[in-house]
Amino acid sequence: MASLDDLKKRIASVKSTQKITKAMKMVAAAKLRRAQESAEKGRPYSEKMNNVILNLSNGISDKENAPKLLSGTGQEKTHLCVVMTSDRGLCGGFNSNIIKKAKSYFAKILDEGKELKIITVGSKGNDQLKRVYGDKIIENISFKESKNANYFDANKVGQMVIEKFEAGEFDVCTIFYNQFKNVITQIPQAQQIIPLNNDGQESSSEESYEFEPDEDEILSNLLPKNISTQIFKAMLENSASEQGSRMSAMDNATRNAGEMVDKLTIEYNRSRQAAITKELIEIISGAESL
Amino acid sequence: MSEEFKVEIVNPEKSFLVKDDVSEVVVPAFEGEMGILKDHISIISFLKPGIIKILSKSGDENYYVEDGIVEFKNNNLSILTSTIFNLADMDKSKQQDLLKQAEEEANKTDINDQSKYLADQKVEVLKTLN
Repeated sequence: MASLDDLKKRIASVKSTQKITKAMKMVAAAKLRRAQESAEKGRPYSEKMNNVILNLSNGISDKENAPKLLSGTGQEKTHLCVVMTSDRGLCGGFNSNIIKKAKSYFAKILDEGKELKIITVGSKGNDQLKRVYGDKIIENISFKESKNANYFDANKVGQMVIEKFEAGEFDVCTIFYNQFKNVITQIPQAQQIIPLNNDGQESSSEESYEFEPDEDEILSNLLPKNISTQIFKAMLENSASEQGSRMSAMDNATRNAGEMVDKLTIEYNRSRQAAITKELIEIISGAESL
Repeated sequence: MSEEFKVEIVNPEKSFLVKDDVSEVVVPAFEGEMGILKDHISIISFLKPGIIKILSKSGDENYYVEDGIVEFKNNNLSILTSTIFNLADMDKSKQQDLLKQAEEEANKTDINDQSKYLADQKVEVLKTLN
């Protein structure tokens, strides 16, 4: 059995850990509210954008010559995966969930004999992926300096993806991120952004539009913007998920630490009492033998 | 019958402006300025750098945009843009900053014709503001 002193030290250390996790939980809760707000505020933009593109792609006259960002390069040989994770740890299963989803997708692609390229956004994902897929990672971006997800950063990633696409470096692009459902649930998502996957989405209106200039030109102007928008949306969802995940992880940690303190305190009291009893027995039996 | 319709401006961060008593909106469409009144035909177009004028009973408003898409449908005008500033809030130094940025961009040699054109537009618009 551990000595009284050891137990005392352990109790103190668990208590200070609990203080940290409690503080982190509170910070995460405050940040979550802000992140959630901006995720909700950002939704109309990406929804509207999606809608316009749907209307456009339905109205496009010449399907054969549609912009490549919409229709693809006609083959599916090289896949680019943009894996979006956080820059900080201590957020429960947030990063591992994305990585797990991404890894199973990678395995599928490699099994099919296709080429794989990876861009990681956020340092945690890079840390986890470079062990296994180190040679596949072509780019690693991290936005440690920017406090909140902003469109400027998303645009940088978007530009990079488009440049690589235009240089013919890949055929299909998929982004991985966590969709924020609520504080406890975040759903890892794999979303294909190039070529644009519109299956199962019906245009909201049958009304025909007038286009100025023509559809093709608007589309070729709009599609690159849409890439950035989708990435921005993913970033917003991700930051809300990260805070939510951290909050529940820290809540659990605080509770566990509390339980541990209780258990250790009982053990401490017991062994203290045992020592007292032992001493008493020694004194009494000593007195008796006289 | 009222001659008013609804306009909504969204940027990636939030819904920037919603107004439903608008009588006319002038947008800098790619092929020239375009005035939109109630019951305009459904249209999709995109913007070049310029000034959006919103005319309503409660007063006129002017916004500077660098890019964007306009969609008009069922008397709903949606404007999606990534860069927008209310001219009333924009002071001289901000204007100068933007102008400087735009000029730098326009003077780059390694850009293609379209971005060159857009940058020139920016410079032109910003100059007229001063």
